[in-house]
Parts: sequence; C-alpha cells; structure tokens
Amino acid sequence: MAAVTATTTTPPAVRPVRRRFSLGRVAAWAVMGLIVLITLLPFYWILRTALSTNAGLRADPTNPLPVDLTGTGFERALGLQSAEEVVAQGGAGGGLRFWRYLLNSVIVSTLIAGCQIFFSAMAAYAFARLNWRGRDTVFGLFLAGLMVPTIFTLLPNFVLIKQLHLVDTLLGIALPSLFMTPFAVFFLRQFFMNIPREVEEAALLDGAGKVKIFFRVVLPMASTPIITLSVLTYITAWNDYFWPLMVSYSDSSRVLTVALAIFRAQTPAAGVDWSGLTAATLIAALPMLVLFACFARRIVSSIGFTGIK
Amino acid sequence: MTVASSSPPSRLLRAKARPGGDGALAAVFVAPAMLGFLVFLLWPTLRGVYLSFTRFNLLTPAEWVGLDNYVRMVNDPIFWDSLKVTVEYVVINIGIQTVSALAIAVLLQRLTQSAVLRGIVLTPYLMSNVVAGLVWLWILDTQLGIGNEIISAVGLDRVPFLADETWAIPTIALINVWRHVGYTALLLFAGLQAIPNGMYEAAKVDGASEWRMFWRITMPLLRPVLAVVLIMTVIGSFQVFDTIAVTTAGGPANATNVLQYYIYGSAFGRFQFGYASAMSVALLVVLSAITVLQYRLTRAGQTDLG
Repeated sequence: MAAVTATTTTPPAVRPVRRRFSLGRVAAWAVMGLIVLITLLPFYWILRTALSTNAGLRADPTNPLPVDLTGTGFERALGLQSAEEVVAQGGAGGGLRFWRYLLNSVIVSTLIAGCQIFFSAMAAYAFARLNWRGRDTVFGLFLAGLMVPTIFTLLPNFVLIKQLHLVDTLLGIALPSLFMTPFAVFFLRQFFMNIPREVEEAALLDGAGKVKIFFRVVLPMASTPIITLSVLTYITAWNDYFWPLMVSYSDSSRVLTVALAIFRAQTPAAGVDWSGLTAATLIAALPMLVLFACFARRIVSSIGFTGIK
Repeated sequence: MTVASSSPPSRLLRAKARPGGDGALAAVFVAPAMLGFLVFLLWPTLRGVYLSFTRFNLLTPAEWVGLDNYVRMVNDPIFWDSLKVTVEYVVINIGIQTVSALAIAVLLQRLTQSAVLRGIVLTPYLMSNVVAGLVWLWILDTQLGIGNEIISAVGLDRVPFLADETWAIPTIALINVWRHVGYTALLLFAGLQAIPNGMYEAAKVDGASEWRMFWRITMPLLRPVLAVVLIMTVIGSFQVFDTIAVTTAGGPANATNVLQYYIYGSAFGRFQFGYASAMSVALLVVLSAITVLQYRLTRAGQTDLG
C-alpha cells in the first residue's frame, strides 16, 4: 500500500567506506550527479522563466539567466496588474487571483489533513486498545476498503455532493476525505499496537481514564508517525486535481491546481503567457517545498513499508 | 515496524475493563471514521456499480437499463482504443520508472547513505501532477522550450513532443516518471535497508564485484518488495488523468485519450453518468485483478523472506 512506516531506523552509519578511486565508483557518482541535475534543473528553469518577460523569452530562449529580470509574471499571477498591463505583457485577460486560490488550497488541505488524521487516530485507538464486540469484523471491513481505488468513488461521490448542495464549496471538496482513509486507520493502528502496554498501565494506575490516556499518552508517543502522516496527507490534498476539478466551478472554491490548469487553457492570441504561467506554477509548488523542508529528515527516513499481514 | 511489544497480554487492562468492554467509548471513537467509511466509501462503491446499470444525466432520476451500458462499451471502438492507449502508457511508464528507481535505490544504498540526496530525489514528488505537467510542457515546447532549443542546436529537427500522435504518450509517461521515480526509489531503498550489510561484506571478501553482488544478493532478496512496489505503482499508473488534462487534453486525435480521461469526458462533457460508471466498473475489475495478484505475490514474498 501507499506506504509509510512508523520506524525511524536510521541506516547503520558504521560502514567502513574505503575511499578508493575505481572507475566504477567514479561512473556511479557521475550517474548520481546526472540524476540530481535532471531532478533539480527543471525547478531552476521555471524560476528563470518566471523572472523573465514574455518578450525577452521569445527573443532569447536559451539564456541560462532570467531575460530582462522582472517580477511582472508574479504580479500577473497574483492579479496585481491592471487589464491593460496584462494584455501589453502577453498575459490573458482572465483575471485569475492566485491569492484567493492559495487561501482556498490552504483551507482545504488543512481541513483534510487535520480532521482525517485525528478521526483516523481515534478509530485506530479503538481498534488497537479498546475491548468491544465486533471489533475485528469492523476492522476487517475497513481493511476491505483498501481494495477500492479512490478514483472509483469519485463519480458517485460527486452525485452525492451535488445532492447535498455542496457543489462549488470548499466543504464539498474536503468532505469525502475528512473522516478517514482505510490506510490512515490501518497505519496508525499498527503503530498504537506497538506502544508498550506498561506505559498505559502506569497511567491507568494513576487513575487516568482511557480517553485521557489517548490524549495524554498515546497521541504524544505516536507524534512522529502522526506528523509524518499529516504532512504527507497535506501534500496529497494540496496536489489533488481531479476531485476539485469536478466539484468547483468558480473562484469561491477554486484551488491552486485547478486554477493553474485554467491559466494554462487561457492562451492569449500571441502565444502562451509562459512568464505568468511559470510564476503561478511556483506559487503553487513553493509551499509544499517549504513544508517538506521543515520535516524532510523525518519524512525521508520514514518512507518504507507497512506490509499488510 | 520492527519493535513489536513483547509484553504478554496485560491482565491489568483486562481486569480494569468493564464487563461489557469499552463498547460505549469505542462507539464514540469509531463513529466519525465509520460515518466517513459508510457515506463516502462503501455507499459510493455500491452506488457506482448500480449507476452502471442505469441511464443517468444528473438532472432526471437514474433509469434502469440493465446491461445496455456494458453492451455499448464492448461495441465502442473509442473505449477499446482508450484502453489500448492506457496500457501503452502503463507499460512505458512502469518499465522505465521501475528500472530507474531500482538504479537510484541501489546507488543510494551502495554509494552513499546521504539523507540530503534522498530528500533531493523526492522533491518532484512534492509537486502536483499539474505542476509537473506544466513544467515539462514549457521545457518541451516546440518553439521556445529549452529542450527543443538543445535538440535544434545539436542539428536535429525540433520534436513536437506533446502535439505528435507518436510522441505524446511516451512523453507523458516520462513526465510522470520524473515526478514519481524518487518516491518509488525510496520505497525500494527501504526494502534494501533490510538486507544485512554483512552479506555484502562477505561477498566483497570473496572478491565479488558490485555488479555480481547486485544480481546475486540484492535482486533475489529485494524481489518480494519489488513485486509489491510494482503492483502498487501499476495500479496508480492506470489512473493517469491530471498530466494529460493539462498537457494534451486527450489529443492529438485521441492519441492520449486514456481511460480515465474518456470516463471524465463521458460524465462531465456528455453527461452520460451511467456509461461513465460502467467504464469505471471495467477499470475497477482490471485493478482488482492486479490487487489479487498483489496479495498472491506478497504472500509468496513472505515465505521467501523467511
């Protein structure tokens, strides 16, 4: 399954690395360098384009530096320019306001990541630690949900959201992902089961109830996997395109991914507004890069396997 | 998750449990997730299957038409064509992605354990498919894209990567390799971490080359993990939509009209929700077959790992 593990085992660093120069080693590093270039150069190229003018891009397409260094691409993407300026600089007159979409994306992703992980953690605790009849049956049912690809539920969920009159609202975009995913429940249950029972027993002896244990003992102890899962859920929600495309029609509920696609579709007569489009692309991508940078070490070392047994 | 709790089932927690268990509390804890599961997962799944047997345009109530949609599907050349395009995409995408990811994972394991490099490799995965699509749409632009500038500087003809019937699918497959290969590589890397380092040390003492160690140690021990990753990525690959929506919109001449794009067009372009649902069921059947395969392979893998 889409996988993250709870263990943060760092690889054994005590490997005696003999630094000898062999042809193979040099070649291997060369390949690694090439991979890093292919990974990172497109980001630089987007930045360089966003800081250029459209006229400059047409005149000098191969210049490795920004042509006529300018911030007008960003101004256009954020809707800070007048209509005349937009047209004069090769933009489309559509008046997209990326501030608004940025805010919408933040609201939707925060709602989804916050609620989904919290509700999933509650259910996971009930499956891992509470004694109740039918527990294993219900858990089995949830697990079976892993078999259904999200994409299959999109059309019927759209019909449902329409019946609930939530089309074109931020809540309508967030609602289907708000309560749980089978994966989150499964993943957190695995982790809760591995918390030593002695810790909870000690709290029980101190007279704490199970609710208190969940909030004061279990959640803090599981903070690493919970944070990792939340960040990954946040990124997934932020990057989602298909579902918001179905649900949102106007500015009030438009998120960044959908706005970007619309920006791309509004090609002015003179050709694509590459400067504005790449600026908008950066606005959409940058928050996730920053978010990732804050948690990179934790996330990178916890991507791995949760085999389903 | 290696550190399983080794303490025996606790008597204390059992003794503290009320006779009826924690039923009431559990109900409260499970309720939100249960609501989400029933309303947004189970119900839509059943409803999706039901809708595939109806004619439904969203405005008037669904009308039962039996197998009509399925009969139409089987006789619809565009459906078969889009299935073909989808499979072509999956084969190219998964083939290149798996080999590249394996190479990156092995390099990360044998060359350096650097967490910084792992972070760098993962960055494209943080972008949305839409962003990745737009980035490469610009780089590969026929007139102004740096990719084509380089090609023409070398003296070759410019390639209309995303506007050409032959090039479009391989190009989109490669764009998605760029976005996903790092994540796949890190999954494989995690699998590689489970191989005891001593095995490589011992092989080295015996004078084995890296190449030989890869085939004799890495591949056999990684096989089960590789199988799972492969099935997982294949399922994801079958659902390709975003990249195509922003780069080619299914064109040129239906050359990139993948199944999910055709389904979307049927539902939201032509308001044939019944027909779209029938095609979704077909896709679900394909994906389920792959999932069953996954469980088989996983189980085979478990005995393999010992």
